[in-house]
Amino acid sequence: MASMSILETKGLTKTFGGLSANTNIDFSLTRGKITALIGPNGAGKSTFVGMLSGRITATAGSVHFDGVDISNLPAFKRIGMGIAYTFQITSIFPGLTVQRNVELAARRALSLPKSEILDAVDEVLQRVDLLDRKDQKAADLSYGHQRILEIAMGLIQKPKLFILDEPTQGLADAEVEQFIELINSLAGKSTILLIEHNMDVVMRAADHIAVLNFGELLAEGTPKEIQENKEVQNAYLGKTTDA
Amino acid sequence: MNDELRVYGLHAGIVGLLLISYFVLPEYHSGNLARIMVLAVYAMGYNLLFGYTGLLSLGHALFFSSGMYGLGLAMYHMDFAVPSGILMGLLAALITSTVVGFLALRTSGVAFMIVTLMFAQAGYLTVLYFGEFTRGDEGFVLQQSERVIGSLDLTSPAGRYFAALLLFAICFFLIMYIVRSGFGLALIAIRENEERAKMLGYDVVTLKLKAVVISGVMSGAAGAAYALLFGYAGATFATVQYSIFPLLWVLLGGAGVTIGPLIGTIFMFYLIDYSSSLTMAYMLVAGVVLVLLTLYAPQGLAGELRRSYFKWLP
Repeated sequence: MASMSILETKGLTKTFGGLSANTNIDFSLTRGKITALIGPNGAGKSTFVGMLSGRITATAGSVHFDGVDISNLPAFKRIGMGIAYTFQITSIFPGLTVQRNVELAARRALSLPKSEILDAVDEVLQRVDLLDRKDQKAADLSYGHQRILEIAMGLIQKPKLFILDEPTQGLADAEVEQFIELINSLAGKSTILLIEHNMDVVMRAADHIAVLNFGELLAEGTPKEIQENKEVQNAYLGKTTDA
Repeated sequence: MNDELRVYGLHAGIVGLLLISYFVLPEYHSGNLARIMVLAVYAMGYNLLFGYTGLLSLGHALFFSSGMYGLGLAMYHMDFAVPSGILMGLLAALITSTVVGFLALRTSGVAFMIVTLMFAQAGYLTVLYFGEFTRGDEGFVLQQSERVIGSLDLTSPAGRYFAALLLFAICFFLIMYIVRSGFGLALIAIRENEERAKMLGYDVVTLKLKAVVISGVMSGAAGAAYALLFGYAGATFATVQYSIFPLLWVLLGGAGVTIGPLIGTIFMFYLIDYSSSLTMAYMLVAGVVLVLLTLYAPQGLAGELRRSYFKWLP
């Protein structure tokens, strides 16, 4: 069982003052699969993945990644072990060129000589269709392109686990299509944890869905199971699928 | 010509130009230039932290004066020769910047400014407190006869100029190398977006500490050179004013550009030199020019050049 899952949490809890954002979450991520984490606004999704990546320190509980207890490791060490993370609010290096942004992501993750890193950068930019903009300042890109750039910065790290916090937020339909294609092309190579509000994306990309509600894990299962789950429908899907 | 060659050419060219300047310029100006080069080293150290790493320190006078007093006190009280005096200056700056960096980097933004300012103020008061040794505000003079390396007289115009040029060239090329290295790129990443850098796996705490230490030691080297070449150490150099100067030079010349500090230091030096020959209210003239520059060249002189013409400037 242990080798099947790449990441496991036990009793993961976060309280802010008296407010409980995540309560006692036992969760595991299957290796090589795309798992979507859904739930209404304020359900604690970002807090949860924040604790996985180390951005947020857990109040209680443990996180194991690839068989190692990473509960007490700072974020940069967790990233170094092969976790990549994209922020809910786009987070890039605005004053640097597109190429430099991706290069910075690559330098940390790949130990290659500079020329090979730049080749890898070009390759990833080609894949996300940003190659012709590689000398542009990241700040000058459109919002959608900035989001794609951040995803490219994750891709180039060839992460074992890629955590994407609402990656399609604010993307145009065509860009969403491109994103789904991109994610599906990673299937089997990377494990992906996707926080997503767009149900269309979730249903088309995810192998597995976990639902978070009021900081607790409400349900888990295949997309079909989740769609048919009454509790989930009440908490979440019933209100937003028609949007 | 590719960018790499341009960068090397520019840096070597500037050092070459400074070399020739000694033989071309009248003695008054080459004397000024010796002082400017030492102060530009201070500004370059400051620029690494402020311009490249994005950390605004208001306490660099502490590092400058650490170098100054490290060398000065060792030579004045303990009869150290010049080379070991320089070593003491660098060591003093290394220790202060490591301690201050370690403590001050627990804060960020405005708090970092205040904490560094307070450390520098504590340093200044320490100099005054131990007035018996440091001679406080009055300072002390290093004898001309001590300021020699072998047969090289560092008090002669030529000795002073070329010693200043040597130090400048070393630091100039070092900064050029650092900011184009992986380490330098990581510092720039911290400046641009620290949270993102961290979440790409960069150990930002250690990187920032390294930046503070390199910046502090370079500032200390400038302080030591200043005491050595101009023969005087005094508490004025530990005051807030001397923490603000490098900030001004860097802002004027261009923060985050390798040639910015030199340009800013030359500009400010001659601005004050020239305006004080015109009027007693020379600081007013300097102030007005500063306001104009901030309005019309917010990225500093070299910064604007890079933005408009020379995008390859490191």
